[in-house]
Amino acid sequence: MGRKLLLEHINVPGINTFDVYRSKGGYASVEKALKTLSPDDVVEEVKKSGLRGRGGAGFPTGMKWSFLAKPEGVPRYLVCNGDESEPGTFKDRYLMTHIPHLLIEGMIVASYALGAKTSYIYLRGEMMPQIRILEKAISEAKNAGFLGKNILGTGYDLELYVQPGGGAYICGEETALLESLEGKRGNPRIKPPFPAIAGLYGCPTVVNNVESIAAVVPIINEGGEEYAKIGIGRSTGTKLISAGGNLKRPGVYEIELGVSVEDFIYGDDYCQGIANGKRLKAVVAGGSSVPILPANLILKTINNENRLMSYESLADGGFATGTMLGSGGFIAYDEDQCIVRNTWNFARFYHHESCGQCSPCREGTGWMEKVLHRLEYGHGKMSDMDLLVDVSKKIEGNTICPLGDAAAWPVASAIRHFRDEFEWHVTNPSIALTSNYGLANYADPLPKLEAAEA
Amino acid sequence: MLSVQNTDAPVTFSPELLGKFADVVSRYPEGKQKSALLPILHLVQAELGWVSAPAMDKVAEYLKIEPIEVYEVATFYTMYFLKPQGKYMLEVCRTGPCEIVGATPIMEHIEKTLGVKEGDVTPDGLFSWRGVECLAACGYGPVLQIGPEYTFYENLTNESVDKLISDLKGKANN
Repeated sequence: MGRKLLLEHINVPGINTFDVYRSKGGYASVEKALKTLSPDDVVEEVKKSGLRGRGGAGFPTGMKWSFLAKPEGVPRYLVCNGDESEPGTFKDRYLMTHIPHLLIEGMIVASYALGAKTSYIYLRGEMMPQIRILEKAISEAKNAGFLGKNILGTGYDLELYVQPGGGAYICGEETALLESLEGKRGNPRIKPPFPAIAGLYGCPTVVNNVESIAAVVPIINEGGEEYAKIGIGRSTGTKLISAGGNLKRPGVYEIELGVSVEDFIYGDDYCQGIANGKRLKAVVAGGSSVPILPANLILKTINNENRLMSYESLADGGFATGTMLGSGGFIAYDEDQCIVRNTWNFARFYHHESCGQCSPCREGTGWMEKVLHRLEYGHGKMSDMDLLVDVSKKIEGNTICPLGDAAAWPVASAIRHFRDEFEWHVTNPSIALTSNYGLANYADPLPKLEAAEA
Repeated sequence: MLSVQNTDAPVTFSPELLGKFADVVSRYPEGKQKSALLPILHLVQAELGWVSAPAMDKVAEYLKIEPIEVYEVATFYTMYFLKPQGKYMLEVCRTGPCEIVGATPIMEHIEKTLGVKEGDVTPDGLFSWRGVECLAACGYGPVLQIGPEYTFYENLTNESVDKLISDLKGKANN
């Protein structure tokens, strides 16, 4: 089992309280940063660490920080994105529930690096229990002198607040999140200007995922270069993986990037295989938005190399035979799951969550949902698969925010890899209502690997 | 204490509630009090059980914004109830990962047990239920949540749902 940088003390009783967290070395990074490093030094360490945004896009965090505009006399903001809503992803909830001070500590260091005097943690409204947990942690940290005026006597002031959303997946998109934080509908903004120039209240703003901000703590404690030694290639450090679906031992795992997918699914340290002695049919590796892959392609790349849990290896083969690490929402499907039903479920999700601003997404997601519904319920046509691919291509890249792409990719990839299952639903409408096609067709292991058309 | 208000009658906010509003507003810079809108609507719903038009008008007045600015937000986000619900609203996650571990059978069981369709209220006013999208608890599915505390109930089975419903009935009758 690899090193744990975020969850090392997760099982220590009382680690959710300030005193226990502090006794385990908590808040050391705040002391180190505020007393011995300049804000630019902190940014430099994060750059050296190679940390990439853990919310799904994988953009280098240090680089994002260095883009922040610093005009005189204008406040700057750090906003933590805790809107965690990507189906399959539940790592941030876990982290905040069990070790809330790690996020508070990261927020203080990151706010210091960016020169923010007021920072917000935006959580999805459904996370009311986590909001209560974080507010308690904030008040404990404040009582201990780590928040508020003149932190640790260094002259740095910081106020930290938790903001609830109202239930909308779209608010995980950073500009929609900022709109929501301003008390508006979560309609994404047109970029540019990027939040680094004009974000919250029109001021320079950085928006980072919960896990990215938490990762700043070990980076400052151990140094960016040490952090970068963990992992593989440009996938540095550790990543929280939310493992769900038909796994023997689902849950949140902190892995060193570079663990093989096979080890992650079947290894004793991780998910221990598929539940109920069944076989693996397919995997969505990084949250519902990323392309679904059949068992053979998730375990090995098209070049017959072991597929690894890293940004690069999961993307190997592009969308023809690869996928993405995304947010680390890892969903395993056993041999009894129906890909058509799952694709319809996801399409319904994206239709429900489309903000309605851009026509291709607003209309296209609903159209795909309807077509997939009729395929699942025995009224599909042979031409429907091409229709779905066509609609998905017309959404992709034609919207203000990436929700359009996120809606298009799961549909396009399901048809790319599982077209015969869709066709079987059309030719066997009544049987498809009661039984399942996938039993013998995709379940692991498959001996032959073939590239599908992109 | 949650009390469902069944009409569009005018509302008054208690001094305690107004105190909570003021605490929220203090988190934002001068003149940016509109940022308090989402948290304040949650507070209103926790107090009244839902968000009525008169309540929204009062919120607009309090935040010095137009009523339409409140309506457009309350109708955009899924957590705000625009009509009265049961005292306990069971919100079951129905998205992919929960679906493959049995969300649909759980919803069917709830519908049968409560005897009301999705979105309707039981005659005693205690329960309503609905399917909602991903609740970010995918490793512990099927899950449901109950506001206004948003307590989660995980790894649901028909038996655990039955027990939950009977516990809530007991709680309501005490």
